[in-house]
Amino acid sequence: MKLSGAEIFVECLKKEGVDTIFGYPGGVVLNIYDVLHQQREIRHILTKHEQGAVHAADGYARASGKPGVVLVTSGPGATNTVTGIATAYMDSIPLVVFTGQVPMSMIGNDAFQEADIVGITRPCTKHNYLVSDVSKLAATIKEAFHIATTGRKGPVLIDLPKDVSVNKTDFVYPSKVDLKGFKPTLHGNLQQIKRALSLMRKAERPVLFTGGGVILSGAAEELKKIAKKTWIPVTNSLMGLGGFPGDHPLFLGMPGMHGTYAANLSLQQADLIVAVGARFDDRVTGKIDAFAPKATVVHIDIDPTSIKKNVRVDIPIVGDCRNTLRELNKLIAAERGVGWKTKHKAWLEQIAQWKKERPLTYREHKGKIAPQYVVEEIYKATKGKAIITTEVGQNQMWTAQFYKFQVPRQFLTSGGLGTMGYGFPAAIGAQFACPDRVVFDIAGDGSIQMNIQELATAVQHRLPVNIAVLDNRFLGMVRQWQQLFYDCRYSSTCLTSGPDFVKLAEAYGAVGIRVARKEDVPDAIREAISIKNTVLLDFVVDREANVMPMVPAGAAIDEMIFEEKRGKKKLSSAQANKITG
Amino acid sequence: MRHTISVLVENKFGVLARVSGLFSGRGFNIESLNVAPTLDPALSQMTIVTRGDDRILEQITKQLNKLINVIKVIDYSTETDYINRELVLIKVSAKAEHRAEALRIVDIFRAKVVDASHSHYTIEVTGSEGKVNGMISMLKPLGIKGIVRTGLVAMSRG
Ligand SMILES: Cc1ncc(C[n+]2csc(CCOP(=O)(O)OP(=O)(O)O)c2C)c(N)n1
Repeated sequence: MKLSGAEIFVECLKKEGVDTIFGYPGGVVLNIYDVLHQQREIRHILTKHEQGAVHAADGYARASGKPGVVLVTSGPGATNTVTGIATAYMDSIPLVVFTGQVPMSMIGNDAFQEADIVGITRPCTKHNYLVSDVSKLAATIKEAFHIATTGRKGPVLIDLPKDVSVNKTDFVYPSKVDLKGFKPTLHGNLQQIKRALSLMRKAERPVLFTGGGVILSGAAEELKKIAKKTWIPVTNSLMGLGGFPGDHPLFLGMPGMHGTYAANLSLQQADLIVAVGARFDDRVTGKIDAFAPKATVVHIDIDPTSIKKNVRVDIPIVGDCRNTLRELNKLIAAERGVGWKTKHKAWLEQIAQWKKERPLTYREHKGKIAPQYVVEEIYKATKGKAIITTEVGQNQMWTAQFYKFQVPRQFLTSGGLGTMGYGFPAAIGAQFACPDRVVFDIAGDGSIQMNIQELATAVQHRLPVNIAVLDNRFLGMVRQWQQLFYDCRYSSTCLTSGPDFVKLAEAYGAVGIRVARKEDVPDAIREAISIKNTVLLDFVVDREANVMPMVPAGAAIDEMIFEEKRGKKKLSSAQANKITG
Repeated sequence: MRHTISVLVENKFGVLARVSGLFSGRGFNIESLNVAPTLDPALSQMTIVTRGDDRILEQITKQLNKLINVIKVIDYSTETDYINRELVLIKVSAKAEHRAEALRIVDIFRAKVVDASHSHYTIEVTGSEGKVNGMISMLKPLGIKGIVRTGLVAMSRG
């Protein structure tokens, strides 16, 4: 029997085990939406903006480990997905994004709602396709899922001209894919792994530095085994948080610009760094010439381009993190007489000293809610088990610092692109993937407004997603830089005219709760968790709290600032409002 | 340092844009780029001449390999034995006082006159870059009106 392109689309998704897609309809995808309407196996979540759809699919993917799927129309529908796609690309999140396109015969004519989305997304997708003939559709979809989920994961876009969705052909779903130009190296070279181990055996001050690759490849258990067996301390990049338990004694916290003293000093003093699925982002390394000057570097990564891109590497190992760490574990288990614990005793004592000297702390001001306190209370109330998404800015950094993540796929944040507006739709996607989990988006009052319209989506599905707005009425992170490096000139960062978030939540049919007193914080969080509806908690926080410690741009990561320089003029909020509000 | 990279790609829509986009997007430079189908019409061979230190070249070859439509990448500069050639068309002044000299140069470089008019010769020359540049510098004093180069193509010996 012959099927239309639209029917083939749906059949292919079923074959891929897709049960939820996120999207927004329009002219050229009407045929697909019509087919979707007449079946039950795939549920379509209508977001209120295409950017929301992509972030939701991304959150779904990060929380579940399955690829996220998006369907939108041509032209503006397609261009609205770009930020979401770029966000997923930077963080290696598997997505398959379907965009409608004008019919083949009209392409290139500046037809109504035509955009060259394949051209536009070429640099921010792992790969993309324009399907020119319905006979190629099934094989293209098969390839797209394979590419999105194999090797270093990432978003793949398929552009579907309207006539392709209408035309009919025999449906055959290929059983396997063989792409000449795409054969990722999944197993690390054994000789290299042995060399890495021999360096580990010799090192006196080793550090395991792990990133998103540990989460994406499912290597967390192997990592834990290695750390416990060898007594090597672990630091996680922002993308790597949850890859190692945040309350484990061997955990150093996050390194880099807002990293802990212990993590940054450990990297700077280390004689060996074993990097696993981390790409030495500039937010981690600070001034690159001064980064980890004493360290030999072992770098394990599935993507050869990540290795030696930013830092010199002595032992490169291309391979899947889980496979490679498993091999390493086998070799470690066969080792005799290394005496790991005694070998690293002095190093671990030094680290304990650093942790004691400069723990993560924050200042509380009388009558004000410290935003860090809110994060700590969310951590307590959820027993460290919630799925936490963030927006971007101070909210993101405070969450990374003060929520002690326990397991992978628990912390969903836009690390690479730093996309404000990511957290809330991602929380919606995560809640669809994990209906029984408690989900919080820890937000800033600036970022939340970038995809606030998705309140309607959450409420429509009665999703118990919680939004905790750390409401400082500033674009806080930018304001912090202005305070520290631009002499308190708060240019365009004051948000005093922002909406009444409680009323806004209520207008959408969600529950809004304002919390203005510190003593009300714990109860409000507990209440929000107990409510089986979408809740927005508006925490009126200390407006000028800063994320500390901080490594100024261009400095080495051990040149840290711990609090605002004393004696420096600090504007009161009232003054700031007058100037910029 | 200058490198000649050969890239075997699938002969598909948009592949050239992917390769050139990779260079422009990452700030790598392209001195010349030549592309044409191979014996197998499903594949194309690109030859790219680029510049960069070892770290950049390593990134370029790795990034090229990462493209799904790229099948094989060879940096010839790391191989000692390879042939590179370029074809150039040069339109040179052929006024009476220049004709003999132009033909002499054509002869020396084993080039060919492929078109002639009262005022100009069009000369075709093939060779390594050194030879081509040598010929161009000899012809310059006669007055070069136009020049078109294919960019280098390269192949390993043996
Ligand atoms: C889409 C987008 N635009 C601009 C920025 C630059 N930026 C980074 S942090 C920030 C301020 C965020 O303010 P808010 O959401 O209120 O969070 P806070 O820092 O106060 O926690 C801005 C504007 C960005 N990251 N993303």
